[in-house]
Amino acid sequence: MFFFYLTSGLFLGWSLGANDAANIFGTAVGSKMIRFRTAAIIAGIFVIIGATLQGSGTTDTLSHLGAVDAMAGAFTVALSAAIVVFLMTKALLPVSTTQAIVGAIIGWNLFTGHKTDIRLLTTIVTTWVVSPVIGAVFSAFFYILLRALLKRLQIHLVILDVWIKWALIVVGAFGAYSLGANNIANVMGVFAGSAPDVVIDLGIIRLDGLQVLFLLGGAAIATGIMTYSKNLMVKVGNGIMALSAEAAIVTVLAQAVVLFIFSSTSFSGMLKSIGLPPIPLVPVSSSQVIVGSIIGIGLIKGVNEIKFKTIRGIIAGWVLTPVAAGLLSFLALFFVRNLFNLNVGSAVATGETGAVMPAATGTVISSGTKYINLIWPGISLLALALVSALLTYTFRQQKKRLTAEKELLEREKENIIARQALTDAEIRAVQVENQYLQNEVENKRRDLINYAMSIVEQKEYFEKVSESLRELSGEKRSELRDEKLKKLEIEIRQRMSFADKVEDFNIRIEKMHKDFMGRLAQLYPDLSSNETRLAVLIRLGISSKEIATLLNISPKSVEINRYRLRKKLGLDRKASLTQFINNI
Amino acid sequence: MAFFRNAAGVINAIEAFFNTVDEGVLVFKEGVSNYLHGNQDAFNNNIANMAKLEADADNLRRDIENKLYTHSLMPEVRGDILRLLEEMDNIIDTAKKNLFQFDVEVPNIPAELNQDLILLTDICVSSVSTVIPAARAYFRAPETVKDQIHRVYFYEKEADKLADVIKRKVFRQMTGLRLSEKFHLRYFALHIETVSDTAEKVADLLSIMAIKRTI
Repeated sequence: MFFFYLTSGLFLGWSLGANDAANIFGTAVGSKMIRFRTAAIIAGIFVIIGATLQGSGTTDTLSHLGAVDAMAGAFTVALSAAIVVFLMTKALLPVSTTQAIVGAIIGWNLFTGHKTDIRLLTTIVTTWVVSPVIGAVFSAFFYILLRALLKRLQIHLVILDVWIKWALIVVGAFGAYSLGANNIANVMGVFAGSAPDVVIDLGIIRLDGLQVLFLLGGAAIATGIMTYSKNLMVKVGNGIMALSAEAAIVTVLAQAVVLFIFSSTSFSGMLKSIGLPPIPLVPVSSSQVIVGSIIGIGLIKGVNEIKFKTIRGIIAGWVLTPVAAGLLSFLALFFVRNLFNLNVGSAVATGETGAVMPAATGTVISSGTKYINLIWPGISLLALALVSALLTYTFRQQKKRLTAEKELLEREKENIIARQALTDAEIRAVQVENQYLQNEVENKRRDLINYAMSIVEQKEYFEKVSESLRELSGEKRSELRDEKLKKLEIEIRQRMSFADKVEDFNIRIEKMHKDFMGRLAQLYPDLSSNETRLAVLIRLGISSKEIATLLNISPKSVEINRYRLRKKLGLDRKASLTQFINNI
Repeated sequence: MAFFRNAAGVINAIEAFFNTVDEGVLVFKEGVSNYLHGNQDAFNNNIANMAKLEADADNLRRDIENKLYTHSLMPEVRGDILRLLEEMDNIIDTAKKNLFQFDVEVPNIPAELNQDLILLTDICVSSVSTVIPAARAYFRAPETVKDQIHRVYFYEKEADKLADVIKRKVFRQMTGLRLSEKFHLRYFALHIETVSDTAEKVADLLSIMAIKRTI
């Protein structure tokens, strides 16, 4: 049953973790200097340490405000505070667990008739006001100091970034420790009176019953941080004021120092020993302090940057939280007592401040205390955790290596494919070039043969003409000589037509201008082969006179053919035939 | 301390990048001078040198970019820094392009323009030589950046004025030149001038970046 009642406290702890971790690592995570997972692990570990080792001071104070002396009452009070915190977290409002629990305890006091210690309440409320002011002063001081230091040292931005990252982690760990130490009272304070009377020996340290409660509460806060604080971290990190990384260190440090001061029994005792008034050990709102710290920096940098609207929203939440928690606590206690017939607290006579819960002041083993030795289980658990961590690390490294190797292989594969494609393209290009060169060689060979044949043929022909002329010179009969001369002239004229060469020339240009002839035939299917040939010659820029020679017709006929071609192409008189053909 | 080792690696790469840009503009200056004085061999050397420096700058920029992302360094200012490096890379790119244009187009430059063009190149290179220390200062003492970049603006204005003078001289006084040659010369004055424009862009960026770091 004890653990069932404790669940509301654990739930409150979870809500606190979900909310207040944002005050510690919000800027670091929001600005992506630290990954959320790293921040959550560090915050979780240090919150537990802070809560377990230094949580008694503030718990003692809350016990004085309202000594909830029944488990059902403690359960209801913690649950009311937790519900209020949870709902406000849902609404993404930075909410204070301190205000919620104080409101809920006052609700319990009112319900059970316990008198609220007004002096203590005033002290608590005063710290609510003072703590952000101290936070502002500290942060302003730290900020000026840090800026001066950075200006003097002139550290390279890249190195500074590494330092900042480490500083954020260290300061964040300190912040988490202070948060655990200061705020564990909010979570487990109401259960302090019902702490089990045990001592657990972990070898290095011994935990009494109250510290075991704190350990559980700390674990609940850590769970809240890890499971539900990410959204708010980003909002706090980016919402109130655009903080630089340096400013983030300062604000978290200032907050951590303030929370530490208000929870450290040693520091309070030290002040007392030197004759100064002791610091009241009061759970303060980390949200209040962080806002104060941010304002402190804002005042140094110029207040224009502060988003007052957000701050107003936060302050409204602070007023709303204790009132809502108080009302809810009162109503819930009424239902729990009347509906379930459970004892929610003893109704003591008015005028008393309530029974004070025994706060942990050290591990004292009395005769009735149950001693639990957890040295070996603790060592085993630690060893198991270390082995698990080592295995996880090795596994992750292996996975990373495999991923990298896979990526490398894929890249190599892509490279090979690309190279293959390139090689194929090159082979095709070489093949095309070879084909072209082969054609060229063939053409040259044919040219040479033709040339050689032509030389031989012409030599033979001229020898024949020479022979004929010699014969003619010896011919005495004039009629026969005239007849033979005429015959020779006709033969020479026929020879001048160069029919073979012209035909060869035509074949060549048709080959060269195959694309053009194709386009021409497609556009003007009525053109005759002679007209197509004429168009090709015009495209080559050959004059009408030269065309006449090539086609073995008279220049006049060329002009007539040109005229016909123009008509078939549908050109008017002004249009240039050459230009038209060149544009096809 | 792997984090600090990584950081040192990035710093070295950034410094090497700045040195490369600096050397690049000096080679550009020398190259223009060699071209104008007809030292063809030296000019060819400058061209080869320039191509190498430009490729080095590109590689260094990519290396820095990779390192910044892989080691998750400076997430807040990473974008700004990468833009700064890109803009600075632009300087050496522009210088290389200009020098190659001399090599490809072989402009016919009358000897009486030599001094003006050398002076224009000097001023442009000075604007770059001033912006590089400012960029270095951003990383260590951002509050001093502003004091350094005002010189860049001065050199840029001077380059503008001188380029204008050259263009006027070409079009109004050199009547012996053909219009095509005048156009050609105008473009070369413009090309050289763009080096100081890119330096000015870097100065603009640096001024905003420095303000962001100091507030």
